[in-house]
Parts: sequence; C-alpha cells; structure tokens
Amino acid sequence: MNRGKIYAFLVPTISVLIALGIGSIVILLIGKNPITAYSVMFQGAFGGIEALADTVVKMTPLVLTGLAVGFGFRAGVFNIGADGQMAMGALMGAIVAMSFGWLPPVILIPLSIISGMVAGAIWASIAGFLKAFTGAHEVISTIMLNWIAINIGTFMVTGPLAVGTGTPKSPEIADAAKLPIILKVQAIQLTIGIVIAILVAIVMYILIEKTTMGYELRGVGFNPFAAEYGGINIKKNIVMIMAISGALAGMAGIVDLLGVPPHRFLGEFTAGRGFDGITIALIGRNHPIGIIFAALLISVLRTGSNAMQIRAQIPNDIVTIIQGIVIFLVAAERIVATLIEWKKRKKVTA
Amino acid sequence: MVPASTSTDLKPGKDDAIVMKGITKRFPGVLANDHVDFFVKKGEIHALVGENGAGKSTLMNQLYGFHLPDEGEIYINGEEASFRSPKDAINKNIGMVHQHFMLVGNQTVTENVVLGSEILHPVMKVFLDRKKARRTVMSLSKQFGLAVDPDSFIEDIPVGMQQRVEIIKTLYRGADILIFDEPTAVLTPQETEELFKVMKLLKKEGKTVVFITHKLNEVMAITDRVTVMRLGKVTGRVDTKDTNPRQLANMMVGREVLLRVEKKPHEPGDLLLEVEKLFVRDNRNLQAVKDVSLNVREGEIVGIAGVAGNGQSELVEAITGLRKVESGKIRMTGVDITNLSTWEIREIGLNHVPEDRLRRGLITKYPLYFNAILGKHKDEPFSRDGFLMLKNIRNYTKDLVERFDVRPRNIDQLAGNLSGGNQQKLIVARELDDKPRPSRCVVVSQPTRGLDIGAIEYIHKTLITMRDQGIGILLVSMELDEIFSLSDRILVIYEGEIMGEVTPDEITKEEVGLMMAGQRKAETAVERGDQK
Ligand SMILES: Nc1ncnc2c1ncn2[C@@H]1O[C@H](COP(=O)(O)OP(=O)(O)OP(=O)(O)O)[C@@H](O)[C@H]1O
Ligand SMILES: [Mg+2]
Repeated sequence: MNRGKIYAFLVPTISVLIALGIGSIVILLIGKNPITAYSVMFQGAFGGIEALADTVVKMTPLVLTGLAVGFGFRAGVFNIGADGQMAMGALMGAIVAMSFGWLPPVILIPLSIISGMVAGAIWASIAGFLKAFTGAHEVISTIMLNWIAINIGTFMVTGPLAVGTGTPKSPEIADAAKLPIILKVQAIQLTIGIVIAILVAIVMYILIEKTTMGYELRGVGFNPFAAEYGGINIKKNIVMIMAISGALAGMAGIVDLLGVPPHRFLGEFTAGRGFDGITIALIGRNHPIGIIFAALLISVLRTGSNAMQIRAQIPNDIVTIIQGIVIFLVAAERIVATLIEWKKRKKVTA
Repeated sequence: MVPASTSTDLKPGKDDAIVMKGITKRFPGVLANDHVDFFVKKGEIHALVGENGAGKSTLMNQLYGFHLPDEGEIYINGEEASFRSPKDAINKNIGMVHQHFMLVGNQTVTENVVLGSEILHPVMKVFLDRKKARRTVMSLSKQFGLAVDPDSFIEDIPVGMQQRVEIIKTLYRGADILIFDEPTAVLTPQETEELFKVMKLLKKEGKTVVFITHKLNEVMAITDRVTVMRLGKVTGRVDTKDTNPRQLANMMVGREVLLRVEKKPHEPGDLLLEVEKLFVRDNRNLQAVKDVSLNVREGEIVGIAGVAGNGQSELVEAITGLRKVESGKIRMTGVDITNLSTWEIREIGLNHVPEDRLRRGLITKYPLYFNAILGKHKDEPFSRDGFLMLKNIRNYTKDLVERFDVRPRNIDQLAGNLSGGNQQKLIVARELDDKPRPSRCVVVSQPTRGLDIGAIEYIHKTLITMRDQGIGILLVSMELDEIFSLSDRILVIYEGEIMGEVTPDEITKEEVGLMMAGQRKAETAVERGDQK
C-alpha cells in the first residue's frame, strides 16, 4: 500500500480516537465517568439488534448525502445545498408515491426514487448553471436555494398537501411505494434502503475511478485550466457535477421517506441531514468507502448520544464536541500526519 | 577542473561560505543527491549547472532547510549547521529565490517582503508598521537597483518584478548567501541583463551568490566558478575562466552536445493552418491581437518572434480554442475552426504545447499515465463506452515515455514530481505523438523554457524530425536563437501586429531585434508575407 492510501485511512481513524480522548476529558470535567459514558453510548448504538438496526436506518440517508457532497468536492465544487436538494427530492418523490398507488411496487418504488433524484438534480443544477454561466459562487447560491426549498416544503405541508392536525404533514404514501423490509425489530424497520445506499456508493466509486467522466471531473477539480486545455468542457462539467450531486441528495430524501415511518413529508423533513453530508464527506475524505464509514460514525454518535443522555445524564452536546474535533483534525490533516511522522521518526532513532 | 573525489577532505575554513559534504537525499524511487560535495567561497558568484532532474534544486532546498538530508554535513562560514526548516537557514543569513515563486498574490509588494518577519507597530504591537516597512523596502530597492512598486499587488505585476520582490525579501531578512534557482528562465534578455547588474552589486557588497541556470552563456558572463551535476552526482568543478560552453555541456550531459541543430531544407506541402485577419482581446478586454494573418504548411516550422507580452499568448489561445476570437477566420485543412471548442480543434489534428506547463499543460496531481492521455482521453483505445481502458492507457504511456525519453520511467509518479525538463518532454510527447489520432499541426509555445541543453537539443531534434515527417509547426518563442535555428519562416510580432515575414538566412538577429521593437519590414517583403 502506498503512503497516500495509508494516510487516507490512518488520519480519520486517529482523528476519531483523539476526539474521543478529548471528549473524555470534557466528560471528566463535568464530573462524570467517561468509561461509563462511552460504554452507554456504545450500547446505545450497537447493543442488541434493535439498536443496531436503528443505527443502520439512521445511517442510510447520511451515506447518500455524504456521497452527494463528496462527489462535488472531488470535482472542486462545493455543494452546500444538499439539505435543500434532499427536501426537494423527498417532496417530489412523495407526491409521486402518494399519487400512483395503483402501480405495482416494482414500478412505483423505482419511479418514486427517480422522481426524487430528478427533483434534487434540477434544484442543484440551478446553482450549477449560475456558476458556469455567470460565475456566481455555488456556496452562496446553494445556501440561498436551501432557504427556498425549506419554504417550499413548509408551504406544501401547510397548504396544498396538508392533512390532519398537529405537526404539518403530507398524506402518507401508498403502501406500494414503501420499501421492502429486511428486518423488523419492534418499532424499527430495516429496509432495503441501506442496500441501495451501499450500491450507490459502489457505483460512484466506479464512476469516479474507472470512467472517462470521472477522469474529467477529477481533472476539473485538480486544475480547471489544464482540463480546459485538454478539451474538457468546464461549463458542461460543472452543471453535470451539480446535477449528479443533487440527484444523490434527492435520493437521500426519498429513500428515507419511502423506508422510514411515518412515510410522510414533514415540514422539517431533512433535520439538517443534508448538512451532515458535508461533515461526512470531510471525514470520509470524499472517498465512497470512507463516506460509508463516516456515515456510520455519525449515526453511532447520534443514536449513542441519546442513550448517553437518557441513561447516564450526560448532555448530548458532548457528541457535537466530538464531532467538531474529528472534523477539525481531518480537515487540518497536517496535524495528524505530523503526529504519525513524528512517531515513526522516534521509532527510527530509538 | 578538480575531480569530485579528491576534494572531500578539505577542512571548511572561514572563507568558505558554503561547504556541503557527502549530501545524500532520496525520494521514493529516486536518488536525487548521491554523496554530493559542494563548496562555495565567500563573495563569489557560483554557478550550479546540470541537466533537468540532476538534483540542483534538491541540493539547494537542503541548504535552505526545505528538505532534510538523509546523509551528509553542512558548514556555513566554517561552522557546522543543521537546518530543520527554512527559518534555521534564514537565521544563518541564507536566502533563496525559488524556481517557482512563493509570493502571496493578493497582498502588496511590501506585505510580501515583510511576511513572516513583520515590522510591528511601536504602539499597537500586533499591527504592521506599514510606513516603516514601506521605507525599508524602498531603501533596499534603491541600494541594489531592484526597481519595484511597494504598493502594487503581486498578481498585478510582471514576473520580472515579482522576482525582484523575492530578492528584496531575502535581503530584508539579512541574507548574506543568496541562492537563485533558475532566475533567468522566466526573464526577457533585457531583464536578465538587469538581474546581472544586481548580482554584480551583491557581489561587490561582499555577498555570496549561488546561481542555477541552464544557459551556458550566462554562466560564462557572470560567474566565478562552476559546479556541474549529473544524475545526482557532482561531475565537475572549474573556474569559469578556465572553461568554455562546450566543455561544460559535455560535463553536464556526459556526451558531445550539438549546440546547433542541423536540418534539411524545408519542403512545404499542403496548407494546414490559416489565420486570416484575426482580432483577439486579452483578459483586460484590450486589443491584444490586431489583424494577424499567417499560415502554416505541412513540413514547415513557422516561428513567431517577439518580446513577451506582445499578443503571442492571446494569439495562441485563440487558435487553440482557449480564447474567443473577436473577428477573423481560422481554418485547419480548409475546415473553419474559428471559436470551436478545444476538443473539436484537437480532433481535427491541431495540437498544442502550452507556454505554461504547470498551469495548462499538466494536471500535476495526476500520475504520468493520466497526463499522457489528456486531450485524447475520450478516444479509443483509451476509453471504450465511457470507461477508461487502464491497461491500454498504461501500456501507451510506458511506450511513450520510452520513445520520448521521459525520466524516471515510473509512470505511476505524479506529474508534479517530475523535473521541469521531463514535464516538458511528456507534454511534447503527448502533443506530437500520432496516436491515437494523427497530429497534423502543432502550436508550440516556449517549448524549452527552463530546460537543460540536453533536453533542448532533444526537443529541437524532435521538432525537426516531426517537421520532416510532414507535421506543420507554429513555434512561438522569446528565445531569438531558438526561432532562428528552428524556423523556416519567421514572423515578427509587436503590440499584437505582425511587423513582417522574413527567413532566417536573409536577415540578421539584429534586424529582427529592431522589428521586435516595432519597426516594420520594407513594404515589398510585407506584401510577400501576407499573400496566401
Ligand atoms: N518531492 C519530490 N518527490 C519525489 N521526487 C522528487 C521530488 N522532488 C524532486 N524529485 C526528483 O528528484 C530528482 C531531482 O530533482 P530536482 O528538482 O532537484 O532537479 P533539478 O536539477 O533542479 O532539475 P530542473 O533543472 O529541471 O529544475 C528528479 O528526478 C525529481 O523527479
Ligand atoms: Mg530545479
């Protein structure tokens, strides 16, 4: 294995360990026992089939939003709008899934997912077009599109799609659109959603590493001037990269909606999971396989932190701290790389 | 000439500015410095020459604390020194002007000079004392004749001035030993002259200068002694007055080098590239190319001579599809290619060796095998049904680096880790190679900038060979010698206009020099040059 690959694996792993270490100091400072805290957290995430299934269910959309953002990063495009694209995908997919209930599942499920992906792609392409043809920075435009998407979502569930009372919500989708269940433990349903997410990660890996398109988009990310010189159409690539990234985010939304009760579009449907994609892409170093593990990590921290809060009375802000430190260390990879080098050197001289 | 082996047991004394002994440095798969001994006396201008990849920059980077040597000792002014970072070297009064500048583009000249060792405000300690910093910059500028504008932003000033900023920066930090890594590669002849004046002034002030260059006439003109490197080893040390370019070239390359290219008289064939009344604007929207017409036939090299910045870059970009044509026509083998995309233009068989190999020519973070197919990556056999054919790509690259002698042969190496000469060889190889689709006409811009004489000879020979095989070449170069020795016809450009067409044997370099400064050729000749 070459140095680059070892680092790609070591840096995030060591970062997580350091972050857990610092987290335990904080836990000590608030007068609790870090060992209890982490064991409760671990149990909350992995202890028993139910906890495990819950972790996997929560991880599914995170894999997809992580892939969405990571895909853009590989091409030098900063798609900060995965949250809005996720919402648009879920909304569009849900409309299809509730309107065509008479179709058989083999048609309705793919149709709903594809509509969600198309909606996400279109939403993201707006930012792509703006960047390619007017030079507007995608960070700004995607953030603005997020707000528009959120407001469209709220409008739909309080207006045209509103049903019932209480939290604004859409009608439930047709049964034919619900994802097949692999495993059902009490309230938790594990669907084929995770299988879809992992397949998408594999497809993305192949796309990036093995195809001409991947060659072009990485080239654009590394050096747009050389890419342009090499006959790569920068504008077309930017729009396409945004569209694919948006399609993945949209997919995250609709796969979650089709797979997880209450199977409705809610006003705050995304709950920031689009933004989690940024975190996950960073920790996973924009590598599809890394992203799967990063999504797992975030999901574990989330489910585990609930347990920690309930059973050990430790505020789940600790998890936010840990998450922040991991991101910091991965982003500032030189710090960790230097630590690794330093250890090696000490070994050599010793 | 002192053989490398006998000088190792010299004791470093007070008047030895630099003594490097037994320096060894390895990079993955490369022995960049192999027990190198390097000695420089106080107050001399010392040339360090050698082929691309010989290890010159690596050696100097160790003296500057950029890399740690794997083995060896360094003495500065007779005292042993161990540099862990450039900061240590700066503390020993060593300064370096790098091959690729290390300035911050969106800061001013003054800010760049004081960066890292700021003059702080006497009252508000954390702020820069701008006035004082500016005064210091101005006084250094005056003392050494380094004309700079302290308030301009780096990105707005020409390369020559950026380089002067780098020099002021090292002087500001108190450098007594200055290392110049290929400073003249990016300079015009006039700017080079000025740099030499500065170097002489530095010497007069008692400073020591290490000067890396590939141009042997520069070595002869300004230096006191020369160290020659080859393949990571020192192959010779001589006093400049006891040597000549031919001998230096021999030591560098290890064989006789033709300092002149030989070529058969040209037999132009069919018309390939035609440019008609072309107008192009530059980035600031000023008219950069004005009413340029030219043509290139099969089997000929048409040179464009001119001082840098007279519209050559914009002309080349317009022809190759990288810049919009305002008006005029460009045809290739009769097909209108005006404002087509770069890919379409490449597919018609018009290729391009760009002037800036790092910015345009290579994706430095891609390995060689991905760079070898840039611009051909969608063609069979490199790609099939949208999938990269990695095996074909790798085999092709192996063959390409073999045929065009790109070193090292390791095709998994990142292009950014190659030495400048080998990067250029890779680009030339890619653009001239006939696979997978014919290369019929190539626009070649500054093909030998920063290259060693061996590599220059190689590139020149390749260009001539390709011309003899019927490829048409449009050659743009700032080196008048290069234009003269390669071109079959020469066009002189000044402020975006063609001053006239000449052939190398009907005119002297001096006359061309006058045209480059804006004098038109006699009317009759201009008419001849413009006919189709
Ligand atoms: N960071 C690096 N990683 C791997 N190899 C390197 C690195 N830096 C230099 N090399 C290799 O070390 C050798 C010496 O390179 P160096 O840059 O010192 O050559 P040079 O004499 O300065 O050449 P040039 O005249 O082209 O600037 C080359 O083979 C080069 O590819
Ligand atoms: Mg060098």
